Amino acid sequence: MKKLSLSAKFYLAFVFIVLYAPIFYLVFYSFNSGGTMNKFDSFTLEHYAAVFEDKRLLVILINTVVVALLSALISTILGVFGAIGIVSLRNMRMRNILLSLNNVLIVSPDVIIGASFLILFTMIGIKLGFFSVLIAHIAFSVPIVVLMVLPKLLEMNTSLIDAAQDLGASKRDILTRVILPYIQPGIFAGFFLALTYSLDDFAVTFFVTGNGFSTLSVEIYSMARAGVSLTVNAISGLVFVVTILVVVGYYFVVNRNKGKVDKSA
Amino acid sequence: MKKLIQATVAIVIISLALLYTTKLLNISGGKTGKDILTIYNWGEYIDPALLKEFEKETGIHVIYETFDTNEAMLTKIKQGGTAYDIAVPSEYIIEKMLEEDMLIPLDHTKLPNLKNIDSYFLDLPFDPHNKYSIPYFWGTVGIVFNPDKVGEFDFHSWQDLWDPALRRQVFLVDSAREVVGIALNNLGYSLNTTDDSELAEAEAKLAELAPNVKAVIGDETTQLMVNNEASVALTWSGQAADMIFENEALDYAVPHEGSNLWFDNIVIPKTSKNVEGAHKFINFMLEADSAAENADYVGYSTPNKAALALMDEEVVNDERFYPPIEQRETLEVYRDLGLDYIGVYNEMFLRFKMSIR
Amino acid sequence: MNKANKTALIPYSLWILLFVIAPIALVGYYSLLDLEGNFSLINYQTFFSSIYLKMTLSSFWYAFLVTLFTLVVSYPTAYLLTKMRHKQLWLLLIIIPSWINLLLKTYAFIGTFGLSGPINAVIKLFGLPEQQILFTDISFVFVAVYIFIPFMILPIFNSLDKLNPTLIDAARDLGASPITTFRRVILPLTMDGVKSGIQVVFIPALSLFMITRLIAGNRVITLGTAIEQQFLVTQNWGMGSTIAVFLIIFMVIIMLITGQKSKGGRVR
Repeated sequence: MKKLSLSAKFYLAFVFIVLYAPIFYLVFYSFNSGGTMNKFDSFTLEHYAAVFEDKRLLVILINTVVVALLSALISTILGVFGAIGIVSLRNMRMRNILLSLNNVLIVSPDVIIGASFLILFTMIGIKLGFFSVLIAHIAFSVPIVVLMVLPKLLEMNTSLIDAAQDLGASKRDILTRVILPYIQPGIFAGFFLALTYSLDDFAVTFFVTGNGFSTLSVEIYSMARAGVSLTVNAISGLVFVVTILVVVGYYFVVNRNKGKVDKSA
Repeated sequence: MKKLIQATVAIVIISLALLYTTKLLNISGGKTGKDILTIYNWGEYIDPALLKEFEKETGIHVIYETFDTNEAMLTKIKQGGTAYDIAVPSEYIIEKMLEEDMLIPLDHTKLPNLKNIDSYFLDLPFDPHNKYSIPYFWGTVGIVFNPDKVGEFDFHSWQDLWDPALRRQVFLVDSAREVVGIALNNLGYSLNTTDDSELAEAEAKLAELAPNVKAVIGDETTQLMVNNEASVALTWSGQAADMIFENEALDYAVPHEGSNLWFDNIVIPKTSKNVEGAHKFINFMLEADSAAENADYVGYSTPNKAALALMDEEVVNDERFYPPIEQRETLEVYRDLGLDYIGVYNEMFLRFKMSIR
Repeated sequence: MNKANKTALIPYSLWILLFVIAPIALVGYYSLLDLEGNFSLINYQTFFSSIYLKMTLSSFWYAFLVTLFTLVVSYPTAYLLTKMRHKQLWLLLIIIPSWINLLLKTYAFIGTFGLSGPINAVIKLFGLPEQQILFTDISFVFVAVYIFIPFMILPIFNSLDKLNPTLIDAARDLGASPITTFRRVILPLTMDGVKSGIQVVFIPALSLFMITRLIAGNRVITLGTAIEQQFLVTQNWGMGSTIAVFLIIFMVIIMLITGQKSKGGRVR
């Protein structure tokens, strides 16, 4: 492999700096004793202490993470099967119709999705709370998974499947041994973007939540009128650090065992 | 494939573990089914210590949910699904809620502390005899400005906003009635007008304001004014108080031609399953000590006369936030305009926004 | 094979029925109601008034700009990422910032772009007068691009990553210049990734809201902002739904333009 040129490194560094700049800004002010994101008065850890005293906020944080993980997981499964199904359609027009329908939720503004889901849930009689929020998040994350998996499926060489068939592989085997491993990058991409959708969503969650269940986004938006408290900065800072540690840690643990694991994948 | 299965299992295990943790964290308040009171309020709009005190005093467990706009809150309550016992909407929404029969009448015999409220704030046109609502906080619409930067302007008149010297210096709020309102006030018309020729005049007047507008924004005005991003902003008194608290260079004025008088009121929606507890809560918040403590925490103007006696004199005598009687005469409360005219105001506002370049 | 794959469609079709068809039907229905709840085409009439057409045009213009810049930034980034040693890890590090709440990050941008923010501090360091960065369309496009970068990088990265390096070597051996190699070999082979990237950026960019107010101070108004206002402020669900209907129509058109033609895996 060639080494990256200096200008390439500069370019990448620039992209990363821009992506992380706002987060560092937030974390920086989470140490501000002044109480706002404006003037930095002096260093303090009080906002971090406040996080651990505020049980309500901790519960909300955990709710947010659980909904994000579960909805991303389930929508990934749904989306992968959906994409495989779409590709199996021979009728091009049918395919295009399904794909257009798939994208309706991506294009619809959150308020519309939220309001119509709310009407839907109360019509069916689903109790507003954890499950209604989870279902809503699954629902609006499915399309992004489909869009991430589809190109991988399309570029997949059909002769791979034919070869497997000729070698006597069952349908199940073809799915688990040929298709899924091949589209794996698309699956992970879909999963991570579904996580992003779920963590970022405010409007839909707002409409379909109830009975005391809340997520971080809903909480942060409703604070806007009186000013977002730095406790939220602190909690975001903590989440950020933990995420980075988990991701980097997991990556290196997996990679150390790579030689052994990869062959069975 | 193995990687996919591993990841799936890991996610499920982590999620279950986290869910279990919330159960542990919730254990203190886990008396479900017993005496529960669900409150629906703006974020950071109550002193959390008061909620704890109320829980201790009455044994009622409080569930606290928040919203970010009146209209979104209205949609939620209308659709049902959650048994909200208490909500804190602004006054123009109360009229709408009454129209749609969404509120439970209050039992005044259970609210002895109602006597603490200044009679000026009682029996207002949007809710005669306070049958359905009790004032929680109140305020005005006015102009927050930085005297060091705007020189001779004191904003005792709305017309100051139109001065060419303020080119691209003014923040407006992203709310049709407030912005159309400054033109109406400046022309001497009612804030609740549905007279098309008056509105046309107001639109022409607004068009002249466009060059002075720097941005049309929402709650973030607070942060921006504290940062001195602009020298003038149209805002609500409660937020102005926040800004001045953070940035002492700022000042607030309510122009003399008149302005809006607004309220956030406590109501009991029809969704309530604990009407008894809701009354207890309202009465608790009406107590002089709790109202004073709450006003101190939130920083908005309280209608509670008895509480004023307990508060910092400097705050209570600040005529910017507790305007004297003469000025109160010029203030006007919004009435519900009906969907047609809400539409007219908003279309007009949209045209105005699209003309800002 | 195909039969098994059709069963895969069952849960997905159920999802479409419940969460796509039902809401569309609802939106279509509401778009035909006037303020009093009577059937009428008044909303469609209003849509074709000058103000909404102007808004549609400006929405498209900004969505186009946002998509273009996102693509210009993302393609080289994705390409360089595939050349890195721990590329999967770096890719994850591109996504992680998007997990921090958007409103908070937007507040951070407001602070950064502000007159007393760090960028203006640097400008003043060079002895230049402070610049109004916030509330301009440039800052709007910048923040929108920021939001969409991961959505563009992921599909492009995935299509670049599987690109067979021998193809590139072959092209080079045959005397193709780097530019020709890129244009004739790399780009066509990664076109599917680019297309999905454009779809997941352009379409949502049409309905961006919140940052139109926070970053652009309502100097940019998109169709999404208008729908938001109609639903929440004006409480005219009919008009809001009508704009949404047009948004969906535009989306279908874009899908048809960028959609897969008759090539692709299973169809021969």
